[in-house]
Amino acid sequence: MLHTFLECRLRSLLFTSLILLITACGRGESNVVQGNRDGVLHYGNGAEPQGLDPHVVTGVPENHIIRALFEGLAVKNPQTVEPEPGVAERWEFSDGGRVITFFLNPDAKWSNGEQVTASDYVWSWNRALHPGTGNEYSYMLFPVVNAEAYLKGEITDFNEVGVKAIDDTTLEVTLNAPTPYFVQLMDHYSTFAVHPETLMQFGEMTDRYTPWTRVGNIVSNGAFTLSEWSLNRRIVVEKSEHYWDRDKVSLNSVIFYPTENVVSEERMFRVEQLHYTQVVPLDKIPAYRSMPDTPYVQAPYLGTYYYLINTKRPPVDDARVRKALSMAVDRETLVRTVLQETAVPAYSITPPDTLGYFPPKLFDYDPEQARKLLAEAGYPNGDGWPGLEILYNTQEAHRKIAVAIQQMWKKELNIDVTLSNQEWKVYLDSVTQIDFQIARRGWIGDYVDANNFLDLFITDGGNNNTHYSDPVYDDLILYRAPKAETREARYELFAEAETRLMEEMPIIPIYTYTSKHLIHPSVEGLYSNLMDSLNLKYVQLVPGRQLQGSTQ
Amino acid sequence: MLRFMLIRILQALPVIFVVITATFFLVRSAPGGPFDQEKVVIPEVKKALEAQYKLDLPLHEQYFAYLSDLAQGDLGPSFKYPGRSVNEILFSGLPVTAELGLYALLIALCIGVSAGVFASLRPNTAQDYVPMSLAMIGICMPSFLLGPLLVLVFGIWLDWLPITGWGDIPGDKILPSITLGSAYAAYIARLSRAGMLEILSQDYIRTARAKGLPEWQVVTRHALRGGLIPVIAFLGPAFAGLLAGSFVVETIFQIPGLGRFYVQAAFNRDYTMILGTTVFLSTLIVFFNLVSDITAAWLNPRLRAQFKGGSQ
Repeated sequence: MLHTFLECRLRSLLFTSLILLITACGRGESNVVQGNRDGVLHYGNGAEPQGLDPHVVTGVPENHIIRALFEGLAVKNPQTVEPEPGVAERWEFSDGGRVITFFLNPDAKWSNGEQVTASDYVWSWNRALHPGTGNEYSYMLFPVVNAEAYLKGEITDFNEVGVKAIDDTTLEVTLNAPTPYFVQLMDHYSTFAVHPETLMQFGEMTDRYTPWTRVGNIVSNGAFTLSEWSLNRRIVVEKSEHYWDRDKVSLNSVIFYPTENVVSEERMFRVEQLHYTQVVPLDKIPAYRSMPDTPYVQAPYLGTYYYLINTKRPPVDDARVRKALSMAVDRETLVRTVLQETAVPAYSITPPDTLGYFPPKLFDYDPEQARKLLAEAGYPNGDGWPGLEILYNTQEAHRKIAVAIQQMWKKELNIDVTLSNQEWKVYLDSVTQIDFQIARRGWIGDYVDANNFLDLFITDGGNNNTHYSDPVYDDLILYRAPKAETREARYELFAEAETRLMEEMPIIPIYTYTSKHLIHPSVEGLYSNLMDSLNLKYVQLVPGRQLQGSTQ
Repeated sequence: MLRFMLIRILQALPVIFVVITATFFLVRSAPGGPFDQEKVVIPEVKKALEAQYKLDLPLHEQYFAYLSDLAQGDLGPSFKYPGRSVNEILFSGLPVTAELGLYALLIALCIGVSAGVFASLRPNTAQDYVPMSLAMIGICMPSFLLGPLLVLVFGIWLDWLPITGWGDIPGDKILPSITLGSAYAAYIARLSRAGMLEILSQDYIRTARAKGLPEWQVVTRHALRGGLIPVIAFLGPAFAGLLAGSFVVETIFQIPGLGRFYVQAAFNRDYTMILGTTVFLSTLIVFFNLVSDITAAWLNPRLRAQFKGGSQ
């Protein structure tokens, strides 16, 4: 009897499982095949965006969506990253480069059909700079006359800020000094215009928490409009009917997925649920590289991975020790082994070829010289070494690099170094307080210009974090470079500053980042560039192309 | 019974209050704040942000302001997701997490109870050892291993089931539910085996057998009710645990549930979100414990008799 009972249970269980499996079998068309046919790009976006208000958010996933929904006065050419017309069809410099006049395209429209006007920009920049808004990227507009004073509450009348609407299509911006990269900043979302009437409909100008960016409420001016926002599930944008350059837009819609787990994202790509991944897990890269017509795309990225040194704490308060440490790091080996050729060895803070600027290479991997410098500093063959600690935020990748460097220093300099990891926010606190001897750091450029890297180390700069202070360096970066008349002259001054920096070595540059993506062969027009900046309006999908090979 | 319930509810209130208070002060004592970033925030901007979230007030005022909002059911705005309230985020993720938890629990019950009862019928034989060893493997195998393994086999090699999503493609709920439910199935199997073994050695079971009842009727009609009391007692905390512990499964399968917010709130120092999720989940845990206590009491004739007699 018991047997019969159990058999019955077992049978029913098997039957249920079978039904479940059969109904699930044959998942049908993949997202990619369907998307190629319907013009829908399935895009792995890394994380759920904090929000879609250009003056409130700060992250990379937000950037991708906001730049699909909105367009700046100028946009980046996706191949060269040089500025090209966006909302402004052209711009002119006057007063030696201090005044820029943007001429807005009369066809530039909001998604409700209204014209984008110069006064929309004045209103929006007032919001972006208003102390009450709490815009963390407000400093992007600091080159504008009185912008910083307005944010800091030193002046309260926005009319004193150097931005004026001459008429509906003419915007005049007056800068503190000629700023060669200013037009580039017009493609940063913190400088985008928002639709004043829409915002005011849901709250005050400086409110951060109104629902104006929700589906049905938001009015934007980009190539796409928001059609669905399911929290932590997907965000869907559709081709805008009112976008001035809509004839160039090939995609009908883009679906952004919050692919937080990089391993899951790679699997989604493998089963063709995604056209594009935000990153690629390191251990999968060799397999993808070996595929015929590999979907793996790696390109230089405007970011540097480096170690900060507290120049006031022994034994690294001695520049000779700092140089010895830096020279004893075999970056080529580190990049080849630990990083599997996914980075470029760095010998300066500025990445090479930052809009034509190549930083001077002032040192190399030189263990002999490193030992000599260490001996001069009073630690011959590591004798008398008081110990040193490397701080990093808890993450396996940082630990691996720290372990490799720890071993290099032991082997080449015979010194003992300990490792210490901290949870992200605790680590940030330690770095801000400069409570470390050596700490890991990464810096990703906001715009393509060496200034964005070199102004980190001006005296008491918020991101200096090393106690490094050199009045000559400050003068070069803050006063002399902005006044340089040609690009070449400016770059020479940057090189001079970089030379001074590397002579004192308050940082140990380790590698330059690369961007790493998996891109389905059916996708065209997704160019690699230094900013990893895409312009989805140029993207096209070609049906019929399939992934070759497999990485299972 | 009513008095028992009332007393349990009254006991729960101070527990929740202590949880709120401890969480409030603990998260604020942790180094680093919600607006700390790798790129330093301009002091004036930070000040404005802190003012918008009342972080510029003295700590005790922030605490009382939070309690006052909480009393009105307002968990405050999220620090990490400007424009969204904690209530909104919780209620967008809760149905998904609850559904996932429910399916996982059903799977756990089906597999766990069947295996446990099956094993208990022939203790210390292969029929016992095989399911119990499997259960031990199930307990030991973490979901971050089982999930990807199931994905690899059923999603990628066999191409039978979707590997991510929730309610987007038919069949996408199967793998996450199994992944989350398996560890609990293993616990339930061991609990039901132990419970059944104890009951099957009781006199009244012997009496039932002596009366000539078929074995399956002895098991289903007499033994199961008593044998499953430990399982029932486990269900309350298990469901609360499934809700709170679905983070890994939600991350592996890209499920838009609550777990991801719960864990990331702590990393982001999203104070209101940490408090909101903690208050919410602790209330759920207290509630489910209460439900399972009441159910266990109802199933246990001795306790039931005590309630009928009006005593505890």
